[in-house]
Amino acid sequence: MIAVEHVCKTYRIAKREAGFCAAMKALFHREYEEIRALDDVSFSVGDGEMVGYIGPNGAGKSSTIKILSGILTPDSGTVLVDGRVPYQKRVEHVKQIGVVFGQRSQLWWDVPVIDSFELLKDIYTIPESVYQQSLAELTERLKLSELLRSPARQLSLGQRMRCEIAASLLHRPRILFLDEPTIGLDAVSKLAVRDFILKQNKTHGTTVILTTHDMQDIEALVSRIILIGRGKILLDGTLSDIKKGGGNIDETVAKLYRSYHI
Amino acid sequence: MKKYLSFFRLRFLMGLQYRTAALAGIVTQFAWGFMEIMIFSAFYRADASAFPMSLSATASYIWMQQAFLAFFAAWMVEGEIFDSIVNGNIAYELCRPINIYNMWFARSVANRISRAVLRCFPILFVAVLLPAPYGMSAPKDALHFGLSVLTLFLGLLVMVAFCMLIYVLTFFTISPQGLRMLFVSTVEFFAGAVIPLPFFPQKVQRVLELLPFAAMQNVALRIYSGSMTGGEMEKAVVLQVFWLAVLVAAGKGLCRMALKRVVVQGG
Repeated sequence: MIAVEHVCKTYRIAKREAGFCAAMKALFHREYEEIRALDDVSFSVGDGEMVGYIGPNGAGKSSTIKILSGILTPDSGTVLVDGRVPYQKRVEHVKQIGVVFGQRSQLWWDVPVIDSFELLKDIYTIPESVYQQSLAELTERLKLSELLRSPARQLSLGQRMRCEIAASLLHRPRILFLDEPTIGLDAVSKLAVRDFILKQNKTHGTTVILTTHDMQDIEALVSRIILIGRGKILLDGTLSDIKKGGGNIDETVAKLYRSYHI
Repeated sequence: MKKYLSFFRLRFLMGLQYRTAALAGIVTQFAWGFMEIMIFSAFYRADASAFPMSLSATASYIWMQQAFLAFFAAWMVEGEIFDSIVNGNIAYELCRPINIYNMWFARSVANRISRAVLRCFPILFVAVLLPAPYGMSAPKDALHFGLSVLTLFLGLLVMVAFCMLIYVLTFFTISPQGLRMLFVSTVEFFAGAVIPLPFFPQKVQRVLELLPFAAMQNVALRIYSGSMTGGEMEKAVVLQVFWLAVLVAAGKGLCRMALKRVVVQGG
């Protein structure tokens, strides 16, 4: 379903020291640092699989998701998602995928959520009957019936995130990229979101790639984990590979990060 | 096509929501319109024959301009589009099976029309009731009226196509501030928003009339007020279509280039 081979991506970042002198100096001479966000990354994901993509901040998780969803073009390497190169056939590609960026919003701020949904229906040219069915299903599973008529700006974070997830699934994508979907959610909302993702994977066979810092998400959702650090894949295995000996998952992962010096 | 119409519809409905803003806009436009007309009438009193347009034509020009300010005000660019580029929310828009350029275009047109719909009627109504030569007079004939409506919308499209260039250029500059200031002041001055183009010296005017800025509000307002007639009108309409095509082509080309090298800001 997803095949990533030898992908590299470098960012150029302007750097300077703090203070007035450094700022004046930067006017004339700017120092750039090349950051290898992704350094020869390869992995593959099968149809219907759920994969947890973890790593410390700045490891390259979001860059990978952006490349997989066709927003970013890698410097080198090949990416195939469902037989297509995402950044070359962007429009065809994005019809088949759903993306949730936990830190951003796709809902129109000032209008009721349902208006945003209707717009998505037209954007993805979802047939009316399919749309009604999806909407009913999502409304029930994510408990949205109270929320759909309120403007997005008046929803709490947890309520909005449930709406965001529904918005990304209206067109029934076969692949779902979740970039920190549970960030900032309370316990109840987290459980609801996790439960929903599990069910979605079971009933629709949706392939899911999930990035998160919440190890309980990983524990609850995925069996396979890919660990990335400083742009390199460090580990690709099951949760039990990491958890040898048991104990608290957060500590286990922290130990793992330390053992790789990331 | 339906996608873009749907976008248009949602943006339009959203625009209609801001009632207080519309009311404030109407008040401002009245104040501005009266002030301009007072200044012009003071000049006309000195020597009416020295001016290229009659006072009543100038008054019509000003009232039309105030009524359809939302069509042509260069500063009414869409902040949300800039924000989405600067803070990276554009990530979501890039995940949709649509053409970004067309989507933003539909959205900007809708935004301007929805603002104008809320504001134009009270202004037009009062301006028509004002005594001559301070109010709005009827156009010369049906042809002038029809053409002024046509060119009003053509001008709107040219304006939006021009703003699209600013949005797309923001991909390259990251911050929209400088571009915005530069474009806004250029457009306002050369489009005839400060003073109508016929008031410029003739040689300057001849050059200005060929620029894309003259294809915005200038044509519709001058056809309506009767300061443009006959062959001039034909030439102006052809220029509008020409600039619309050029600006859209340039915008689309730049947009394609930008998307190839886009770096979505933020994690």
